[in-house]
Amino acid sequence: MDHFEVTPEQLQRILTTALEKGADYADLYFEHTQNNTSALEDGKVNSAYSNVKFGVGIRVLKGDQTGYAYSEDVTEEAMIKAAKTAANIANSPGASVPLNINEYQPPNYYPVINSWEETSIKNKIPYLQRMNDQIFAADKRITKVNAYLQDSSSYILFFNSEGRLAWDFRPMAVLVAVCIMEDKGRIENFYVTRSFRTGSEFLTNDLVDELSEEVVKRTALLFDATKPKAGEMEVVMGAGESGILLHEAMGHAFEADFNRKNTSIFSDKMGQKVAESFVNIVDDGTIPGNRGTLNFDDEGNATQRTSLVSDGILKSYLHDRISAEFYKVEPTGNGRRQDFRNIPIPRMRCTYMENGPHKREEIIESVKNGIYVDNFSNGQVNIGAGDFTFFVKFGYLIENGKLTRPIKDINIIGNGPQALADIVMVADDKTLSNAGATCGKGGQEVPATFGMPTVKVKKLTVGGINS
Amino acid sequence: MNTTEKYNLANLVMDHALKNGADQVSVSINDSRSSDIEIRDQKIDKLTESIRNSLTIKLFVDKKYSAHSTSRLKKEELFHFIEEAIAATRFLAEDEFRSLPEPDLYYKEGSFDLKTVDPVLDSIKAETKIDLANEVLNEAFGKDDRIISVSSYYSDSISNRVMVTSNGFKGDSSNTNVSLYAVISVKGDSSRPSDYWYENAIFFDKLNKKGIGQKALERTIQKIGPKKIKSGKYPVIIENRSVSSVLNPLYSALEGSSIYQKQSFLASKENKSVASPKLTIYDDPFITSGFGSQLFDNEGLACIKRPIVEKGILRNFYIDTYYGKKLKMKPPSGSSTNVVFTTGDRDLDGMVKSMKIGILITGFNGGNCNGSTGDFSYGIEGFLIENGKPVHPVNEMNISGNMNQFWFNLMEVGNDILDGEAFRTPSMMFEDIDFSGI
Repeated sequence: MDHFEVTPEQLQRILTTALEKGADYADLYFEHTQNNTSALEDGKVNSAYSNVKFGVGIRVLKGDQTGYAYSEDVTEEAMIKAAKTAANIANSPGASVPLNINEYQPPNYYPVINSWEETSIKNKIPYLQRMNDQIFAADKRITKVNAYLQDSSSYILFFNSEGRLAWDFRPMAVLVAVCIMEDKGRIENFYVTRSFRTGSEFLTNDLVDELSEEVVKRTALLFDATKPKAGEMEVVMGAGESGILLHEAMGHAFEADFNRKNTSIFSDKMGQKVAESFVNIVDDGTIPGNRGTLNFDDEGNATQRTSLVSDGILKSYLHDRISAEFYKVEPTGNGRRQDFRNIPIPRMRCTYMENGPHKREEIIESVKNGIYVDNFSNGQVNIGAGDFTFFVKFGYLIENGKLTRPIKDINIIGNGPQALADIVMVADDKTLSNAGATCGKGGQEVPATFGMPTVKVKKLTVGGINS
Repeated sequence: MNTTEKYNLANLVMDHALKNGADQVSVSINDSRSSDIEIRDQKIDKLTESIRNSLTIKLFVDKKYSAHSTSRLKKEELFHFIEEAIAATRFLAEDEFRSLPEPDLYYKEGSFDLKTVDPVLDSIKAETKIDLANEVLNEAFGKDDRIISVSSYYSDSISNRVMVTSNGFKGDSSNTNVSLYAVISVKGDSSRPSDYWYENAIFFDKLNKKGIGQKALERTIQKIGPKKIKSGKYPVIIENRSVSSVLNPLYSALEGSSIYQKQSFLASKENKSVASPKLTIYDDPFITSGFGSQLFDNEGLACIKRPIVEKGILRNFYIDTYYGKKLKMKPPSGSSTNVVFTTGDRDLDGMVKSMKIGILITGFNGGNCNGSTGDFSYGIEGFLIENGKPVHPVNEMNISGNMNQFWFNLMEVGNDILDGEAFRTPSMMFEDIDFSGI
């Protein structure tokens, strides 16, 4: 509480105000976040950016109705004013909130060795410079390199009308390498990112070298890339980043706010068989250092490893407080928000598929004419229609069971329940992607990750060329 | 903070930065107030009120550059924030191209009123807002047995900015916005299609408040029973509200940063043909009550009306001061204002009626465009058109191609402009577009 210069008595008075019109529940979410970006262009780290967010969000619930207001000023007067605004969701006499503090001590999934706050930009610059030099040295066709380091440190204090008090320190780091290559008048570009919830121990020469090598290798391959034929085909999704399939095709549709409102294509499928029996899908908020991990969610609830699909059966949605109450289940720790200016809603953390019975090689060999994809830039889904898409930055044609020419810049579209049912092979090479994905929903962006073993989807529609 | 208080704080902060070693400084202070109401199935679902403040400072120190923003606006905290920011900036490498704009390019005070503020908006009562959202909802709620969910929204916002620079710029602006929105889900054969409709205005009295729920319901019901059709090349009409999805890659390619980073398929195409002669686009900052109307941009540069594409010929880029120096191009402005098209003779219905066989795109689903090459691929939703009539909705299909070719395939520009947006797009018809389906 010292960080935000508030006292337990003040918090009690604010919550009492929030409940003065008869609401059932209220919570306070204090946040102080410092974001920093260091940027390299033209061979030099020559620009830096920072942003400070500081304030408190006050949420009031009456059943499943929400009143919300925030204040960037954490004086009692300003917070009381915001609490009065949020209280208007209810309209009956309220009661005072007893001062009954129950401090929650969560596990720490992201211990910090060196805080970003204590890390000078002077110590960040050499890593970006190394990345620039490594990339340029790797191929004479390289004409531009951009490199970015983004770091952030967030102090979070949570308190609710049930007396739950919790605090967290959330670090985040993202490193981005961008490579532009020119060859015989053609220009190709590629970028690679890595992200973890960690302090500045994140920065190592090994990490820089790994990204540098990968971005050069992938950019060079693009000169040989072609476009596949347009239409439906078998798609093999490589281990790691292909978890975007889970995120878009089913993960969003498993978020319980959509199901509570009956608007998800999976709304009537709980307990039903939705996939082959070797398909197991998990959403996990507890993986140490993972970008999607939280010590507790943004409603003060413990995060957990939530089994969504077990042996092909839909077992659980992803819940926030409101949906857990609606379904009469325990919260799953998926109530998340972009920042104190936003209401928490059900969101994914790290969504991945467990290993299956097949081998990567046998999956590729099983495809006569199809594509293999393992690198993506973005995806999207229509929750009710179930149509999802993801944009492939890089992959290969599969011809007669072998990876042949590279492919790039194609959109793939499918239907969630159908695609889930069409996962006909799952390999044993599960990999988590640490590529720094950010998930958008309802105007809010949160860090999320995913993972996947190599899988085969029987049929997806591939954007390509009609001869 | 009122405008004078914002100017005072901005000048105070600027002076502090100059005293502590900055050679040049730009300071802007923004604040906004917004109100959002969501009604779902005849019950208030969410009430949100927000008041937001931020200060952004751009620092030029010993030919080095950094930019910082914060929502903590207490004087002592700001001073400490700036001192730390200047110290950090000194560690960066020099960049000879970083500086404030040339003062003669700045907007000078005293121009006309663009009418972007509704003084009444701040006094609209919460009950009125709730009633309006309820009226939108009631146009659809219970009107069809297939309805699963109806949500309606009322939103309004008032935003103000003040900006000063150490080489003489001073300017302020304000904007208001009010909107009503409906989103509806219905039970289809095997899915739950949803669609929306909204109306937007700067002035509360000018907001079209009727027919929003009804239109959202009609659009949603039309989407029941989609089918995928055969892959192939089809003519396509893109509805006005979706045109911005294919326009955005073109606009990214016009930016100085994209050109310099070799991520623009339009680099070096000034005064060359980049699209069908049917395409003429102007950037017009001075439309009265336009959603993109402004007198100066985020650097303080005076906005001017200028052609971007004239009959398919590329005339202008969006160049800011920094990339203007790097590219040796003059910076009229690095950002777009109102994007205005020379329109044709027919609206969407007229174009649909003229189509023998083709696809009407009413929405995009994901996809992307490679800025360097112009290669694109997007998921779509819409309708199969035969003999001038929609036959059935289509889904699970992509369009793909290259932006360099795509805009040459433009056959017709409609006259149904979207006037509630800064991108005032009409519906457009293209020929020979690659679709992937069955």
